Amino acid sequence: MSLSLDAPAPIGFAEKIWRINWGLVLVLTAIAGIGVLALYSAAGGRFEPWAARHAVRYGAAFGLMLVVALIHPKVWLAMAWPIYIVSVLLLVAVDVIGKIGMGAQRWLVIGPLQIQPSEIAKVAVILVLARYYHGLRKEQASQFLYTLPPLAMILVVVALVMVQPDLGTAMMVLMGGGALLFVAGVRLWMFLAAAVTAVACLPVAWSFMHEYQRKRVLTFLDPDRDPLGAGYHITQSKIAIGSGGLFGKGFLKGTQSSLNFLPEKQTDFIFTTFVEEWGMVGACALLALFALVVLWGFSIAFRCQHHFGRLLALGVTSLMFLYVFINTAMVMGLLPVVGVPLPLVSNGGTALVSVMFACGLLIGVNVYRDAQLPRTR
Amino acid sequence: MTKHFRKGDGERSGLFTRRALLLGGAQVGLLAALAGRLYQLQVVETERFATLADENRINLRLLPPSRGLIFSRGGEPLAVNRNNFRAMATSDRGRGADLLVERLDQILGLGEADKTRLLRDLRRSRNSQPVVVRENLGWEEVARLEFNAPDLPGVFIDLGQSRDYPEGELMSHIIGYTGRVADEDLAGRDDPVLSLPTMRFGKKGVERSLEDDLRGRAGAVQVEVNAVGRVVRELDRTEGQPGDNALLTIDIDLQRFVAEKVKEHQSGSVVVMDVITGDVLAMVSTPGFDPSTFARGISQSEWRDLLENPERPLHNKAIAGVYPPGSTYKMVTALAALEAKVIDPWTRLPCPGFLELGSIKFHCWLKGGHGSTNVTEAIACSCDCFFYEASRRAGVDRMADMANRLGFGRVSDLGLPGESSANQPTRAWKQEKVGKPWQPGDSFNLGIGQGFMTATPLQLAIMTARIANGGYEVQPNLLLAKATPREELAPPAPRDKPTAPSLRLNPQHLQIVRQGMVDVVNSSLGTAGALRRDASGKLLDFTFAGKTGTAQVKRITERERELGITQAQLPWHLRHHALFVCFGPADKPRYACAVIIEHGMAGGTTAGPIGRDVLAETIKRDPSRRTDGFKKMASR
Repeated sequence: MSLSLDAPAPIGFAEKIWRINWGLVLVLTAIAGIGVLALYSAAGGRFEPWAARHAVRYGAAFGLMLVVALIHPKVWLAMAWPIYIVSVLLLVAVDVIGKIGMGAQRWLVIGPLQIQPSEIAKVAVILVLARYYHGLRKEQASQFLYTLPPLAMILVVVALVMVQPDLGTAMMVLMGGGALLFVAGVRLWMFLAAAVTAVACLPVAWSFMHEYQRKRVLTFLDPDRDPLGAGYHITQSKIAIGSGGLFGKGFLKGTQSSLNFLPEKQTDFIFTTFVEEWGMVGACALLALFALVVLWGFSIAFRCQHHFGRLLALGVTSLMFLYVFINTAMVMGLLPVVGVPLPLVSNGGTALVSVMFACGLLIGVNVYRDAQLPRTR
Repeated sequence: MTKHFRKGDGERSGLFTRRALLLGGAQVGLLAALAGRLYQLQVVETERFATLADENRINLRLLPPSRGLIFSRGGEPLAVNRNNFRAMATSDRGRGADLLVERLDQILGLGEADKTRLLRDLRRSRNSQPVVVRENLGWEEVARLEFNAPDLPGVFIDLGQSRDYPEGELMSHIIGYTGRVADEDLAGRDDPVLSLPTMRFGKKGVERSLEDDLRGRAGAVQVEVNAVGRVVRELDRTEGQPGDNALLTIDIDLQRFVAEKVKEHQSGSVVVMDVITGDVLAMVSTPGFDPSTFARGISQSEWRDLLENPERPLHNKAIAGVYPPGSTYKMVTALAALEAKVIDPWTRLPCPGFLELGSIKFHCWLKGGHGSTNVTEAIACSCDCFFYEASRRAGVDRMADMANRLGFGRVSDLGLPGESSANQPTRAWKQEKVGKPWQPGDSFNLGIGQGFMTATPLQLAIMTARIANGGYEVQPNLLLAKATPREELAPPAPRDKPTAPSLRLNPQHLQIVRQGMVDVVNSSLGTAGALRRDASGKLLDFTFAGKTGTAQVKRITERERELGITQAQLPWHLRHHALFVCFGPADKPRYACAVIIEHGMAGGTTAGPIGRDVLAETIKRDPSRRTDGFKKMASR
C-alpha cells in the first residue's frame, strides 16, 4: 500500500502542540491534584510518605504523556506487537522470578526499578488489538475465525495475570479487550456465547482460585458474614464513606482513615479516604472529572480519521473507565475486593506511569487524527 | 483504490460509532449505578454509618477512683495509695491473644499461671476493656515493654495505684487488706467500676467494713482509639470522686505500745476502749501478718503458711477469738444476782473450798476456801463458791439477760467483718445444741464464766466499759470521722458524758461491783494486789480497778488435782488462758481494757501486768483529748 495522493500535508510542530487536548490535560492534572490532597490526608496531614512522591511522579509521567502524544501513530502501529510480546515476556518473568508482594507475585525488580508488568500489559493488549483490527476489513472483523487471534491475545495475558494472581487486572484486561472487540464489530452472538461459556466455567474458576480470593468473593456476597475477618475491609470502607455524608467530615478530619480503621488507605482505598472527608459532593466531583476524561476519549475517537486511532482511543478510554468503575464499586461494596487502584489518585508508580502513557496515546490520536495509516496485511 | 479504502473505512467507522455509542451508554448506566450507591451510603444510610464510625473510634473508659485514705486518730497514715506502673493489654475478644501472651512471656517472664489467667482475661474482656498483665513494674520492665511496643499491639503502661500500709503488721487486723473483686463482692452492688480489672475490693478489716465509703465513684473518659485500640486522644472526661477518707479511733502510739507488750507472749489480744465514747483506742491481736503481701499479690505458699500457722495470724483474736471468760465474768453474776435481789450488798455466802451438787464437787480455786464473803469481797478475792451460789440463785435466764445487756452473746456495732458473737448459753440454746435441758450444774459453771460460756476480748472490754461508765450501753467504735477529700477530715468534739442509752441498772449495785474490782488491785484481799505497783515496784500514781481471770482450756481432772500438776508442766496448748479486764482511773473511769494471753496460765500474773501497763499508758496519753495531731496531717 502506498500513501494516498490527496493526503493532507504533514502538520507542523506548532499545530501538533495546538492539537494537544489541553482541557483534558487540565482535567487529568486536577484529578492528580485531588490524589495529592487525599494522600496528604491519608498520611495524617503530611506530605511524606505519599503525597510529595505522588506529585513528583505525576510531573514525570506528565512529561512522558506529552512525549508519547507527539509520537506518530505509525510508530505505535509498528511497535504494537513488540510491546505486546515484551509485556507477555515480562508477565512470564514475574510469574517465574517475581517478588512476592501482598500475597501475590506482581512485582519485578529491574535494577533500581520495581515494575508491575500487569500494568503495562493492560495498555499492550489495547495496542495490539487496535493494531490487529486496523488491519482487517469490516467483513473480516465480524467473522468468527478472525475473532480467534484477538481472543487468544487477550486470554494469554488474562491467564498470565490470573496466575500471579491478580484478579483485578485479569478482569480489566478481559473487559477492556472485550470492549475493544465490541466496538471493532465482533458479532453480538459471540459475546453472548462468551458470557454463557464464562458462567459455565465459573465452577472451574472457583476451583482454581486461591483461598483468599474465594473468601473475598464470599465476603462480597455477604459482608456481614465475618465483619472482623475477611469482611473487615469492606465494612470499614462502607462505614467511612457512609459516615462522610453529603458534605463530608472536612479535610484532615476523617476518623476512619486517620485512625487506621481503613486498610490500604493510600492505595486501593484512597477513594474512601477522600470521600469520608469530602462527602458525596466531593465524590461526585471526582467522578465527574473522570467522566469528563471518558467523554473526551469518546470525542477523540469519533473525530479520528483512522481506525487504529479510533480503536486505540476507545480502548484507552474503556481502560480508564474500568479502572474507576472497578475501584469505586469495590470500595463501596458493589464488587469484590480485587485490588484495582484509582488511576491518578492512588499511590503507586507503575500504575500512574501506565495510565499517563495511555493518556499520551489518547492525546496522540487527536494530534494525528487525520494521519494516513496503511492497512498492512 | 483510494475511494475503496475510504469507503471501507467509512463502513467501519459507522459500525464503530454505533457500537461505541452503545458502549458509552453502558458506561453511563454503570456510572449511574455508582452515583446511586453513593446516594444510598452517604444520604440514605449516613446516620447509621456515622454511628458506626463513632462506635469504632470512641471508647468509653471508666476511670477507677482513687481509694479513700485511712488515718489514725492522730493523723498518721494507716492506708495510703502508692503509684504503681502496670502493664495493661487490650484485645478485641481475644484476637491475637495467644501470640501476644507468648511475646509478653518472653519479655516479662510471666509464668504458666499468669499466662493462663491473662489469656482468660483477654478473651473475656468486652469492649476492648484493658486487662492487667502485671502490676508493680520496675523501671527495667517498663523500658523493655516500651522498647518492644511495636510487637505488642494493644499493650500499654498504665499508672495505677496500689494500696500501701505504712504501719504494716501493727494494724494488719484492723485495716485488713484489699484484693481483686470476687463474684460474691458484687452481690447487691451494681457499681460498674467494680468490673474494672484494676479495681480492688476490701477483703478484711476496715478496708472491708468501709468499702462502700472508701471506694469512691468512677469517672469516665471518652477516648478516641485507633484500629488496634491504642488511645489517640481524649475527647471528654468526667472526673470521678475519690473515696472518702477515714479517721480511725486508734491511737497509733498506744497501739504500738500495746503490741510491744503483747508480743512478749506467743499469742494474745488486747482491746482498749474509751468507756464514754466507745472509741477503740487500741486493738491488738498477735501474731499479725504483713498486709503488703496482699497488696502485691500473695503467693499460694505464703497463703498456705498463714492458714496453717497454729497461732492463726490471719485471725483477729480481739473480735473473733472465743474464750471462756472465767472469773472476769463474775461481775455479770454479781450484777444479775443483785438486780434480781437474790442477794443484797450485805449477803454473805460461805466458801468451804468447794460446793457439792449431788455427787459432783465444784471446787473453789483456793483450796481451803474463803470462809464467808459478801459480794464486794467475793469479787476482790474471786471466790468461786460465792458465784456458784449467786448464779444458782439468779438462774440462767436472768444471768443471760444481764450478760446480754453487758454485751455478751451478740455482735457489737464495731462493724469489722468476722466479729464473733461467741456464746452466751441459755436454756433454749442448750436444748437445741446439746439436746439436754439446763442443769443446776450448768448454772454453777456459768457463774464463774466456764462451761458453755464464751466471750471475745472485745465483749470483755465492752462489759468493763459499761460497768465503768455507770451502766450506759456504750458500743465500741472504730471510725472517728469520715469525709470526702474536699471536706476537712475533723474528729468530733471530745465528750465527757455518755450518749448511749442507759441500761437502767441500780447505781448502787454498779458501785458495789466497781468497788469489788477496785479491791482486786487495791485491797489486801485482792487477787492482783501486786498490780498496785509498776514493773519496777513503784506505786502507781493513779488507782485502777480490774478483775483477773484464768480460763480452763481443759477440765482439771481429780487425778491432776491430787498430783498437784502445775500449769507450766502442761503442753502450751493445754494451759489455761490468762485474762484480765480493768478500767481506770478508779474514781473517774475513762478507759477500759481487756487482755487475753492464750495459754498464759494465770490471769493475775500474765495478763494483769499488761492490763496495768496499758491502762497507765492510756491514761498518761489520755487519747480522748488528743485530736490536735490530726491538723498536722491535714496540712501535709
